[in-house]
Amino acid sequence: MATATAAHPDAHAHEDPQSFVSKYIFSYDHKVIGVQYLITSLFMMLIGGALAMAIRTQLAWPNSGVLKADSYLAAISMHGTIMIFFVLTPALIGGFGNFLIPLKIGARDMAFPFINMLSYWTYVVSIIPLLASFFVPGGPLSGGWTAYPPLSALRGAAPGSGLGQDLWLLSIAIFLISSLFGSLNYLTTILQMRVRGMTFWRLPLTVWSLFIASVLALLSFPVVTGGALLLLLDRIAGTSFYVPAGLFLGGQLVDHKGGNPLLYQHLFWFMGHPEVYIVILPPMGMVSDTLANFARKPIFGYKAMVVSMLAIGVLSFLVWGHHMYVTGMHPMLGTAFAAMTLAIAIPSAVKTFNWMATLWRGKIYFSTSMLFSIGFISLFTAGGLTGIFLGNAALDIALHNTYFVIGHFHLVMGAAALFGIFTGVYYWFPKMFGRMMHEGMGRVHFWLSLIGLYGTFFPMYILGIGGMHRRIFSFEAFGYITRMHDINIVITISAFMIFIGGLVFAYNLIWSLTHGPNSADNPWRATTLEWSTPTPPPHGNWVGEVPAVHRGAYEYSVPGAKDDYIPQWVTPQKAGVVTEH
Amino acid sequence: MSQADNQLERVQRSGLSLGLLIWSFMIVGVISILYARDRWWFLPLASQHGAEIDRMFDIILVLTGAMFILVHALLGYFVIQYRSRGAASKAHYFPHNVVLELTYTILPGLAMLGLSVAGILLWSNIHRPPGPDAFVVEVRAEQFGWSARYPGADGVLGRTDNDVAEPYNVDRKDPASRDDVVNSEIRVVVNRPVRTLLRTRDVIHEFYVPAFRTKRYMLSGVSNETYFTPTRTGTYDIACGFVCGVGHYAMRGQIQVVTQAEFDTWVKQQKTLADAAAPRGAAR
Repeated sequence: MATATAAHPDAHAHEDPQSFVSKYIFSYDHKVIGVQYLITSLFMMLIGGALAMAIRTQLAWPNSGVLKADSYLAAISMHGTIMIFFVLTPALIGGFGNFLIPLKIGARDMAFPFINMLSYWTYVVSIIPLLASFFVPGGPLSGGWTAYPPLSALRGAAPGSGLGQDLWLLSIAIFLISSLFGSLNYLTTILQMRVRGMTFWRLPLTVWSLFIASVLALLSFPVVTGGALLLLLDRIAGTSFYVPAGLFLGGQLVDHKGGNPLLYQHLFWFMGHPEVYIVILPPMGMVSDTLANFARKPIFGYKAMVVSMLAIGVLSFLVWGHHMYVTGMHPMLGTAFAAMTLAIAIPSAVKTFNWMATLWRGKIYFSTSMLFSIGFISLFTAGGLTGIFLGNAALDIALHNTYFVIGHFHLVMGAAALFGIFTGVYYWFPKMFGRMMHEGMGRVHFWLSLIGLYGTFFPMYILGIGGMHRRIFSFEAFGYITRMHDINIVITISAFMIFIGGLVFAYNLIWSLTHGPNSADNPWRATTLEWSTPTPPPHGNWVGEVPAVHRGAYEYSVPGAKDDYIPQWVTPQKAGVVTEH
Repeated sequence: MSQADNQLERVQRSGLSLGLLIWSFMIVGVISILYARDRWWFLPLASQHGAEIDRMFDIILVLTGAMFILVHALLGYFVIQYRSRGAASKAHYFPHNVVLELTYTILPGLAMLGLSVAGILLWSNIHRPPGPDAFVVEVRAEQFGWSARYPGADGVLGRTDNDVAEPYNVDRKDPASRDDVVNSEIRVVVNRPVRTLLRTRDVIHEFYVPAFRTKRYMLSGVSNETYFTPTRTGTYDIACGFVCGVGHYAMRGQIQVVTQAEFDTWVKQQKTLADAAAPRGAAR
């Protein structure tokens, strides 16, 4: 069914839904599924954020009693797991990927609507064991979101290494399968269902970024799904993939033989590093689109933007070892991984300068979406540059597992990706719901977030240089960390600013859904195809024929044109000028 | 499209506050790093290779700091300068420029090439095993404490084998193990290269000595090694850098850097593995 219509975007992939359940619950409509993904991941963000607040309270005021040594480890492990797997990935890939890909390429829906529905509900199913692990004896996993064995393999090794760890592995395995459904769908849709005239070199960068991220997900997720299942077997079936002989836990000889814990680290980071780019590529794409839109300029160096994202995608598979410089990998490998890692700085620099060049001599409108896009550039730079320290294997000896690393990845892939999500929500909310969001509340959200994020993660560089290591519930055993107690207090206060900003955002969402002014079809005077649909778009996206595409995605301020933008769907006759792309 | 539908005319037009905010990050960022250097920086150095790490850190700090300043200075200027100025103003149509793009591809490329080579050379130097006259010690970790094994008079540590069902898996059939000294104190000799074997009894730990700029995982079932040359006598903190269970946060140890004479006197007073085994044999 779906395959038969794949090559023909005008055909309906499926009938209009009739009942409430088929329209909003088990919907096949990519837009509904996208919104479902977004709402679910925003709900998970609230949990992940609340855990972060508990962690920060503990670190600023170690005697506050918010957490204990065991619940602290549970909190950090779940914070990381939730934010990476259950917030950033599903919001960006599942949420925006679903909502935007068909609309932006001129398709009526995804290639496989049923698998799309299945993907969302598999994601929901994966959340259940994860959240259930809070309520089992011993609590959730204790070994950090990376769950390295043997700590995660041996039941007695930590409180969370009991049932909580089993549930975590189950949850991750289900989640990764759900992502796989999504990736296959996005790739097929982008390859097969573009409307007439939508060549690859006319695709908006958002679509390119989601395309590349889907390739990465498709190739990397199965590896860690396998890795997680092997760990589960070590735990429940008596195998020894990761656990060597001769270990003692308490007074007891551990009953395993022949495994190697390094194997898990390789499998994990072979997924773990591409995963970083899976969540940062879509924000790069979305921010490129909004920067061009609100600066009223073509994105600078479109082809370089595409090529640099492809380069990042390829390199992302060749650098996983930089997480393992000091773990016991042969030092010779460290040299190769260091060279590959620093090479990623080149496409990243190209992207950053291209965004800046897009702003240069623009006509900038500071919508909330634009504020978050500009904030993205700042955060991405502040976080990305310290990757040059950490990628350098020799410096990583001093910095690995310290707060320097925490500051780095939170800025470059946490905060920046978060800003990508916010950029996207403020920008596409009118298309999703037919109403505008409140700009004033948006600005409050932006200021609290950006100042809060800098105040939280920039000082962490100093903590790391000063020697504070990760995943410690209290630092009072170490004099050289205690000397930095004041920094920890500043960080915690800043972290609360982010959280309050998030609450303003949540309120703004709810307020705007019911009170926001009605939106026109193309409120931002944008050029890409989703703005040619009615707002909100009906089932099937376009009434009547899907408009053909006549030009590239960024024809803003073309000399000689009547308006300062020429949408992709406007014919050359109507536009009055011939455009280059 | 009617003018009323144009939401662009309803959003904020001034980029002044945003530009100033971006500039303030730049200024506060630089000041806070300069301020921190005197208070919260790397611990005073006590190892040889650490000087090279510190120097390379400073070089990269200057380079990345300059980039951070460049990006934020321009970003702040652009948002203040290029705000929308009403109907009369128009954005400059500037879709690409090969020379500009190649410039900021090649320059960072060259910088990264240089940093790669320098970093790899330093990394390789740090991992070059010391000569046969090095001080050898096995540092041991378990949930949640530290200890050490010294090779004794023969200068050779008894071999370890995962199949030996005993904590830390020392093969006592190996004659070299007889004079090994196991002790809760970790001592090394000043100005003498140290070859450190790392052994864990249970889960993964991490041997992290901030003052030495030394860090290496202690991998279950694997004898990892790390090398350093302490340059000052004294007592230095060891932290377990990798999460290892509930007591991870308090898993602090100490490493004492002493003179050769002090060490020789001390080690002679400690029991060897053979000594420790003897009373048990007698009791039987």
